[in-house]
Amino acid sequence: MNVPDSAEAALHAPTGEVEHSHPTWSIYWKVATILTIITVAEVWAYYIPSFVASRGFVPTLLILSALKFTIVVMFYMHLKYDHRIFRVLFTGPLLIAALTLLALMFLFGHLYIKVM
Amino acid sequence: MATSVAHTSAPTHHHYTTLGLDSRKVAIWAFIGSECMLFVSLISTYLIYKGRSVIGPFPHESWTDPSTGQVLKPILNIPVTSASTFVLLMSSLFMVLALAAVQNKELPKRTRGERILGNSKLWLFMTALAGTIFLSFQAFEFTSFVHEGLSIRRNLFGSTFFTLTGFHGAHVTAGVLWLVTLLAIDYRRGLGSRDSLLVDICALYWHFVDVVWIVIFTLVYLLR
Repeated sequence: MNVPDSAEAALHAPTGEVEHSHPTWSIYWKVATILTIITVAEVWAYYIPSFVASRGFVPTLLILSALKFTIVVMFYMHLKYDHRIFRVLFTGPLLIAALTLLALMFLFGHLYIKVM
Repeated sequence: MATSVAHTSAPTHHHYTTLGLDSRKVAIWAFIGSECMLFVSLISTYLIYKGRSVIGPFPHESWTDPSTGQVLKPILNIPVTSASTFVLLMSSLFMVLALAAVQNKELPKRTRGERILGNSKLWLFMTALAGTIFLSFQAFEFTSFVHEGLSIRRNLFGSTFFTLTGFHGAHVTAGVLWLVTLLAIDYRRGLGSRDSLLVDICALYWHFVDVVWIVIFTLVYLLR
């Protein structure tokens, strides 16, 4: 049968849980604007010596980067709208990878936990 | 002969999982998951060796070569890399516009704006062009680093930096070739809404390359 993928997927879906509609063009433009603003903020922060020397510099950049990462994955990769099995396929390995990274950082002395 | 004819004339048969999902899309997500592991291993290696180079040049600090007395400035060029990051972010926008154009190919386009937004060839070309510009920035960066004395064998920073960004650049190159292939198909027979999954899979790969760069840009270039 020669039908679009989404239609055939709907035919085969036992629970009726198929891909939801994707965002509109205007949402894509808004997402691009937000990503650009965050990138500008990151680079701006890099050029403020007092902020670079402060304790807030690293967490701020990590949060901004994580925000950009999440926005792209959710809206451009459509993970917010797609089937949850895709979320599992992506976040599962990502979680393992992140935990491995943290474990290696502890192991090689880049992160510390104060016991006392 | 009969077998041959049966093979060539058979309609394209898509495989669906029991959840009703196309197995090709499941496969690309599984592939992206495995790629996460690859890039985290490379990023981990970079972070573990960060600040442990014995000799310069260093990413964020100046260094005086004791044998020659030559002062080497910080090697990373943040303005250039910020520009290339912006180009890659915009390529993701072009990619989603290409996907939307293919998905909505059969919808009537009344205004000039709708015709531009619905032009899949334009957006596929723009994405491939942005990817090529990003690679050009990377080639410029690598060349200037080598001229300034940083090679893959020079120190721990050079080894981990070139390995990480080189792997990412190789992925961008593969993505550009993929996009050019889709563009050629679009010119040859036209991509319609029936082909949206082909573009969707390529788009997922392209966005993944983009999110990897988002992480690299922060961890390698901005954090000192």
